[in-house]
Amino acid sequence: MSLDDQIDSLRAELTHAIANSSDEASLDGVRVSGLGKKGSVSALLAGLGKMDPEERKTAGPAINGLKGEIAGLIEKRLVELKAKALEARLAAETVDITLPLQPAPTARGRIHPVSQTLDEITAIFSDMGFSIAEGPDIETDYFNFTALNFPEGHPAREMHDTFFMKPGPDGVKKLLRTHTSPVQIRVMQKANEKPAVRYMTPPMDPPIRVVIPGRTYRNDSDQTHTPMFHQIEGLVIDKSSHIGQLRWVLEEFFKAYFEVDEVKTRFRPSFFPFTEPSMEVDVQCDRSGSEVKIGQGSDWLEILGCGMVHPNVIRMAGLDPDVYQGFAWGMGIDRIAMLKYGMPDLRAFFDADKRWLDHYGFRPLDLPTLFGG
Amino acid sequence: MKFTLDWLKEHLDTDASVADIAKTLTMIGLEVEEVIHEGDALKNFVTAHVVSAEKHPNADKLRVCKVDAGTGELIDVVCGAPNAVTGLKTVFAAPGTYIPGKDMTIGKGNIRGAVSNGMLCSGAELELSGDHDGIIELPEDAPVGVPYDQFAKLDGVTFDISITPNRGDATGVYGIARDLAAYGLGALKPADMSPVPSVGPSPIGALEQRFAADEPKTIHKFAGRLIRNVKNGPSPDWLQQRLRAVGLRPINALADITNLVSLGWGRPLHAYDADKFTGAPYLRNAKPGETLEGLDGKSHELDETMTVIADDSGALCLGGILGGVPTSCTEGTVNIFMECASWDPDLIARTGRATGIVSDARYRLERGVDPALTEPGLELATRLVMQICGGEPCEPVISGEDVYANTTIQFPLSEVKRLTGLDVEPMVIKAILTALGFAIEATGDTLTIRVPSWRPDVSLKADLTEEIMRMVGVDNVPVEPLERLTHVAPPMLTTIQNRRRIARRALASRGLDEAVTWSFIDHEMAEKFGGGQDELQLANAIAADMTDMRPSLLPGLLSAAKRNANRGIADLGFFEVGQIFLSSAPEGQHTYATGIRTGTAGLTGAGRHWTGKAAPVGVFDAKADIGAALDALGVDIDKVQVVAEPAPWSHPGRGGRIQLGPKLILGWFGELHPAWAAELDLDGPVAAFEIDLDALPEPRKKPTKTKPALNLSGLMPVSRDFAFVVDRAVTAAVILRAARGADKNLISDVGIFDVFEGAHVGEGKKSVGIEVTLQPLDKTLTDEDIEKVSAAIIGAVTKSTGGTLRA
Repeated sequence: MSLDDQIDSLRAELTHAIANSSDEASLDGVRVSGLGKKGSVSALLAGLGKMDPEERKTAGPAINGLKGEIAGLIEKRLVELKAKALEARLAAETVDITLPLQPAPTARGRIHPVSQTLDEITAIFSDMGFSIAEGPDIETDYFNFTALNFPEGHPAREMHDTFFMKPGPDGVKKLLRTHTSPVQIRVMQKANEKPAVRYMTPPMDPPIRVVIPGRTYRNDSDQTHTPMFHQIEGLVIDKSSHIGQLRWVLEEFFKAYFEVDEVKTRFRPSFFPFTEPSMEVDVQCDRSGSEVKIGQGSDWLEILGCGMVHPNVIRMAGLDPDVYQGFAWGMGIDRIAMLKYGMPDLRAFFDADKRWLDHYGFRPLDLPTLFGG
Repeated sequence: MKFTLDWLKEHLDTDASVADIAKTLTMIGLEVEEVIHEGDALKNFVTAHVVSAEKHPNADKLRVCKVDAGTGELIDVVCGAPNAVTGLKTVFAAPGTYIPGKDMTIGKGNIRGAVSNGMLCSGAELELSGDHDGIIELPEDAPVGVPYDQFAKLDGVTFDISITPNRGDATGVYGIARDLAAYGLGALKPADMSPVPSVGPSPIGALEQRFAADEPKTIHKFAGRLIRNVKNGPSPDWLQQRLRAVGLRPINALADITNLVSLGWGRPLHAYDADKFTGAPYLRNAKPGETLEGLDGKSHELDETMTVIADDSGALCLGGILGGVPTSCTEGTVNIFMECASWDPDLIARTGRATGIVSDARYRLERGVDPALTEPGLELATRLVMQICGGEPCEPVISGEDVYANTTIQFPLSEVKRLTGLDVEPMVIKAILTALGFAIEATGDTLTIRVPSWRPDVSLKADLTEEIMRMVGVDNVPVEPLERLTHVAPPMLTTIQNRRRIARRALASRGLDEAVTWSFIDHEMAEKFGGGQDELQLANAIAADMTDMRPSLLPGLLSAAKRNANRGIADLGFFEVGQIFLSSAPEGQHTYATGIRTGTAGLTGAGRHWTGKAAPVGVFDAKADIGAALDALGVDIDKVQVVAEPAPWSHPGRGGRIQLGPKLILGWFGELHPAWAAELDLDGPVAAFEIDLDALPEPRKKPTKTKPALNLSGLMPVSRDFAFVVDRAVTAAVILRAARGADKNLISDVGIFDVFEGAHVGEGKKSVGIEVTLQPLDKTLTDEDIEKVSAAIIGAVTKSTGGTLRA
């Protein structure tokens, strides 16, 4: 057989073997049988040494050409085989992505509407320069009534269905605060000791701008009253604040909180022992549909009480009412949450029905901020 | 308080519309709750003609009537009234009409086999009268098919307003008219209160006030008058209608007159049957244990702080609050003794609270009744009695003195602007005050104002400012922005406020729902969780399971879990961030963040799933939650100690405490003790944790510092595994601490990859596999370096645990 025939036959044999190799291992076998140290092409190359120089001139390039050609084919086949193998792996790894995730009731943790509403209110008043003040739920008669100008035996005390505590070891009968207003006194009264407890806000000097959220208690229960509820009130004390500014604060708050461009308000004279003059505030609303819409329509909805801090309260807090003045207002957090988000029944707020929390609750990272809207 | 338009117009000369009156009342502080149009309830009734009335075939007392109600066809109606006869004009209610006197809606019916498509009505059914013996008889010429309110010209209007506790002066229609007149809505019409000529001296003398000097004395002035030969009986229609319109039941003329004066002038009265006195009536305080049969139908026990009108037989009337049965007026009363007295408002309120009696007299007297009305009120009452019941009045008898506050206020004209921001002309200020009855005794920049006797609530400059403002209208106060900050707002939230917010968002991010549960729980549960002290119990709880302030948030969450389980939701995660109470002192209130997981409600989900078996929640779920929350709260998790000191509620072997030191406890976690779960009636596992947010260290109040430089090694870390056989009681924490301490420079991390027990390890022993990561600092580690560290690790662990390296 001539060398050319040998080369041709070898080419044909190896090309076939390469094309037929089905995986990297068999391809490597072909490579070894052809190009390996003892392989067929290598054997031809080894024969070059025995050839005369003339013969070698033509045979050398021919055999080396074959070698290069085969190496190229192997390389090409290797790429093909790798791609094929990857394809097979991907096919094998394919899953049904429509399979449901774990039906996780706890994967959707929710924030209670009371907390969310408090955060919303906080964001708005923080922009107006207020900070948050807090005080204890269990109060003395002094802070809840007397210092707030509810004289002993005054009929106004009976407007508050008060929960009383059994007397403690010191014989003192305390009560559950019926409103957040005792904190007004605690904030204003410099004679107070520095509170030993972190949640209590230390007394401050005027000018004071605080909002006071918290749990409040009254012995009352129906669809819109529960024995425990949440109030937030505001207090401004300085040397000049008046009802005109009170109106501004509240009207701006309503617009921001209810997310409307304009909301009409109606201020009606009223009575609270701790403010004088006192007012109740109604906001414009539309009751024609299934839910109350704030900022539309021609109806009124009573939403809060407010007024100028009573001179007796300012005096009892240790300030001179002819020098210091200011205003205060108070409203129900639960109530304005109901108005904004449409819960029909206050009692459900405190029932911890998972279905209710999932429906009316808020996403954990839905953190109300003014910059986030 | 309710009053009719007619009644108001008796005191106020006005042409104002009902809408204007209602709006004005609200805007001057007498908030209108409802305007009731009298005809509204009767506009669906129509006049009708009974064309024929035949005996019911199956009932002797019933008739089957053919009724023409103007609809063009005759309507069959079965009627039982004896006066339902052919030809009668009466009032018909079609099916679907609400019948106020019966509180029902009439439907189509079949009465003993006869069709009945509606109802013929009695006066009682329409609440027009007490007559229910027969149906209404209209004049023969009455038109047919006309709505009854139009036919009867029922155009009366009743206002229902709410009176704030300071406005005793507005508890009578006259006072309301005075306020409207001051606003400019009409002219006040004074009543005739001049003395009525008497027929002679009174055989009943002035009531003696028998009080010791140190006794609380509720009575100020007692004015009374004997009126002889009155004729009691039903009061005239106008009076009955007026009382009915405001929700009062007419009783008899004398009782109705006292109600008329009480509601009309805010001046309570009491009428005694003078023939029922035993000896002379007088005033004293009640004796301990003395009782009174009240006109409210109840027996009341009195005490020595309460003033009564008494005679030789005992207490007759609880002064200013409630009359008694024995001396009350009846239809047969002939001689009456009319009382009009002034009382101490605070003591009336005190007695009212102590006895719990709610009466129209108490309501007015504790708010303060005009002391200038005591004697005039008696004259007014006398006049009304004579007008309605006839009678011969004796001379009034009077003891004691009225008490006047006689308040004067120095009122700078600038005060209105200072408090409201509103510019009001001095002329207007003076005009408003004068119209309201305030006397201006001196003018200038500061007015001297004398307060009228009917406004005891006004004593300060601020009170006068309110008077001006409510007459000018709060809506006229110009809105003015509050001064804005001139700098970036300082932090609004304190540390604890921030912590609450962070804890909430962090725990919700772990799939827990935020619950808000009651601050009070039942006593047994409170005791179980370490509370239940007397000072934390309510004296007047609203419900038996809301008696004690909670010592922990867990009871609320666990009972919420129970309620949800009863609704079929057994897998859930809840948390609450809120206050707990260790004592009734302010420092006894702490803020906790507490959570539970129940059933299979793990971090990644709950219930059976194709990915694998549902695992019950356990101690490590709780440990993961508390760790994540503490991390979110800025606690360095590597620095906390986890100790096997479980909370009382925890499974003793599956719970622990997280602390920074033995005295600085941050919280607890664990599985709920099976016995507690059984007691709480909870099926299935519960994992829980509690964090005392107040216990976390206070962040340093220094300005933020730069963080330490970050030195990252370019060298590959090396890891080595070791397995130790130790006693079962040896904790992972001990092994980890020992291994970490073996070379603080080189060892960057130690983890546990395997824990098992078994016979081949040895009885009471366990095998713990740890993986130690070495981070070379400046050069690659040689085999000798690694050998050296390994020996140190083995030495440290075996020494601290008493265990051995597993072969």
